[in-house]
Amino acid sequence: MSHGSALPAQRLDWLPLALIPAIALAALPFIPSLPTWVTLTVAGLAMGMMIFMMAAGLTLVFGLMDIMNFAHGVFISVGAYAGTSVLLAMKPSMQADSLAANLSAIVPAVLAAMALAGFLGWFFERVVIRPVYGDHLKQILVTMGGLIVVEQLIHVVWGPDIIPLPRPATITGSFIVGDAAIERYRVLAVLVGLAVFAAMWLILNRTRLGLLIRAGVENREMVESLGYRIRSLFVGVFIAGSALAGLGGVMWALYQESVNAQIGMQMMVVLFIVLIIGGLGSVGGCFVGALLVGLMANYTGYLAPKLALGSNILLMVLVLLWRPRGLFPVGRA
Amino acid sequence: MLTTLLSGDLPRSRVLAVVLLAILAGLVLAPFVFPGTRSLNVAAKVAVFVLLVASYDLLLGYTGIVSFAHTMFFGIGGYGVGIAMAKLGAGWVSLALGIALALSLSAALALAIGLLSLRVRAIFFAMITLAVASFFQILASQLSGFTGGEDGITYKLPDLLLPGTKLVEMPLLGVELNGRLASYYLVVLAALACFLALLRVVNSPFGRVLLSIRENEFRSEALGYRTVTYRTAANCIGALGATLAGVLYAIWLRYTGPDTTLSFNIMIDILLMVVIGGMGTMYGAAVGATIFVVAQNYLQDLMALASAAAKGVPLLPGLLHPDRWLLWLGVLFIVCVYYFPTGIVGKLRAK
Amino acid sequence: MAEALLALAGVNTHIGQYHILQGVDFEVPRAGLTMLLGRNGAGKTTTLRTVMGLWQASAGAIRYDGAEITRRTTPERARLGIAYVPENMGIFAGLTVRENLLLAARSGPPEDRRLEWIFRLFPAMQKFWHAHAGNLSGGQKQMLAIARAIVEPRRLLLVDEPTKGLAPSIIANMIEAFRELKRTETSLLVVEQNFHFARSVGDTVAVMDCGRIVHAGRMADLAADDSLQQKLLGLSLQAHQ
Repeated sequence: MSHGSALPAQRLDWLPLALIPAIALAALPFIPSLPTWVTLTVAGLAMGMMIFMMAAGLTLVFGLMDIMNFAHGVFISVGAYAGTSVLLAMKPSMQADSLAANLSAIVPAVLAAMALAGFLGWFFERVVIRPVYGDHLKQILVTMGGLIVVEQLIHVVWGPDIIPLPRPATITGSFIVGDAAIERYRVLAVLVGLAVFAAMWLILNRTRLGLLIRAGVENREMVESLGYRIRSLFVGVFIAGSALAGLGGVMWALYQESVNAQIGMQMMVVLFIVLIIGGLGSVGGCFVGALLVGLMANYTGYLAPKLALGSNILLMVLVLLWRPRGLFPVGRA
Repeated sequence: MLTTLLSGDLPRSRVLAVVLLAILAGLVLAPFVFPGTRSLNVAAKVAVFVLLVASYDLLLGYTGIVSFAHTMFFGIGGYGVGIAMAKLGAGWVSLALGIALALSLSAALALAIGLLSLRVRAIFFAMITLAVASFFQILASQLSGFTGGEDGITYKLPDLLLPGTKLVEMPLLGVELNGRLASYYLVVLAALACFLALLRVVNSPFGRVLLSIRENEFRSEALGYRTVTYRTAANCIGALGATLAGVLYAIWLRYTGPDTTLSFNIMIDILLMVVIGGMGTMYGAAVGATIFVVAQNYLQDLMALASAAAKGVPLLPGLLHPDRWLLWLGVLFIVCVYYFPTGIVGKLRAK
Repeated sequence: MAEALLALAGVNTHIGQYHILQGVDFEVPRAGLTMLLGRNGAGKTTTLRTVMGLWQASAGAIRYDGAEITRRTTPERARLGIAYVPENMGIFAGLTVRENLLLAARSGPPEDRRLEWIFRLFPAMQKFWHAHAGNLSGGQKQMLAIARAIVEPRRLLLVDEPTKGLAPSIIANMIEAFRELKRTETSLLVVEQNFHFARSVGDTVAVMDCGRIVHAGRMADLAADDSLQQKLLGLSLQAHQ
């Protein structure tokens, strides 16, 4: 009997995690000064965190229901626009140099962004995606169609022009640490991203709901056989993922200090790269992939601005050569 | 004779036959029936897009794979001609060289992408092609010394194809027989020939294997077909078709730039055309491209009128604004995917 | 005789274009263990999946505990007390043994007495309580899959080939476990290729061929009749170990 032999301990797959500091350190010799490197690293982490918020829902939905929503980018755009509208409507509290006043604009803006994106997600799942479960070809086509329509509707509602969005007073400017200037907003983005990741981690690993989601990602049918309706679970995850994308959108708009209707589509390419790097369906992989992409974009953006997105595609190809199914492959074949 | 030309794949619907004949006649007679620069531009674009969309239909409709890199191959054709003309001079040899290089590059890229990602699932292929296509877009805009960057490149063609060249002194039916006309007919005839070649491909034993793979990959594999090989081959043929379409468009426009070739908007246009026209029918490409390009150029005029008429009603003028024509085509697209997966052609044939 | 716990009448199931079940009729009594035997491709797994609702029957009726469940969803059937152990065991490899069992206990954390009973049946479960299920051996995974199905009392347990790929010593362990299970309220319907195992634990038996039931009766009768075995099970029969 084999019971007697000890089981191998669950190994933490640390190699992909080590890629993050590895890339940061590898960039160090190329960058002329340490303070610049610190600034770039913080910027890269901040960007990575925002990308993670946008991508998390996409990867979970894929893992859980085997659906790749090519229109996920519209949740980002809609969140960005909704948040921007609220922020612009509350201009006085934005400009006041008081954290409380700023927050009284930001909190409703974030809530509005998440609510509208979440609502759109619910609508999308019900109307656009539900009829084409299990048919990948139609999924891709229909969600592309949804992307076109929503992008056009954004034009109808908010107009075709770029809307400038100044940041609230208390999160403009930089901290000076040593010789390095660190933008306040980037620190905020890192903190929010960490909070979102921590919350997701806790929900996934410490609650029954998370247990169900993790089980569902592995084997949908078995979860149903145990008596759980995976549909309602899925709708919930879809809405939450859309709302998170909306949050990422409004944060991205503040980061760029403007919004335009194309951001959804532009981000989609980045999200796909992140998902492929991380492993389709893996939340941890999505987090690592997003940080890698954010760092890479900032280092190469500084060293060779022309190659910023190109470097990430290169990164993707390298990762695929190393691990053909991404850094953290998810069980289902 | 006609059956041979169409590879035995007849329209199988009287209405469809009439529509196709009308498109063909329209294209052939356009310089005489619809004189004017705008209408000739529309006609040439229709011809090019029929080929471009037909080559996409080979992938989407016949092989069941979604690629977002089709505009990349379209662009390779365009830049192949553009760069060769601009750098090597406007001769026939450099034109041929440019085309040959473009075709080889496309074939090699399509092969590489296919072998790398067609083993995996459709979704993965779609995502990878999207990433590769955006990489190519960046490349084209950054290598500006070569590609002209965002501005693109304008160039001369061999004299025979230039508007300044008079072929015959006497105008025919009031139309001047100049190089512009020659290049128009070159584009239309070449597109027609390529379309017929694609029709032959999908009606060959190869095409039937593709269809059986699309229907049931597992069974085809069990029957001994190497599905990856077939799909990769289809990917290459589709890429070559798109490259030729790019070549023709570059010849017609005497300009190649990101907005006319590589832009993601064109990719979306192709998707709309193939789905609305009818996936997996080839003729759908002809119908879809014609409707779309004509709508692109003339629907907007109509919408401007409607929008003006709806003034005062909330939101409606915005929805009917000429720039929002894609909104309505997008809705039509979704409806097609759900209810008419074989598009207009399928609908006509079902009658 | 009381009404059977599970009764299939004229059940047909199509998978894609294939007509797999072509009118299956049989019953699972309210106690004991029913073996479902037959050669590969006879439709045994499809029968279990159709009972669980993972394939929809295209015709016929499935009655369970006096009510028709033919159109019920899989989760509804599970909540009526049917549990399923698929051929590939369906354990959640990324979850620990504890989490696998916790998830299966729908009405809150399992009772200590129930857990102790499970640990007595399958001591490995206690030993590897916090191990990831993916790291268990094949036999341990099978034990976890069964333990998960009975972590709360269930009325009907569907098990697909519990001995597949197991070493003889572990099969002996399984036989003990199934005999213990038969002493509870649970009725079992077990698909099996291993005739030795089937004979050791089966009370009643149904034999399938080509999507139909071709024989139904007492296990003891089939076990005693070599020529009937030969006729019904033919060469697919594993050697009488």
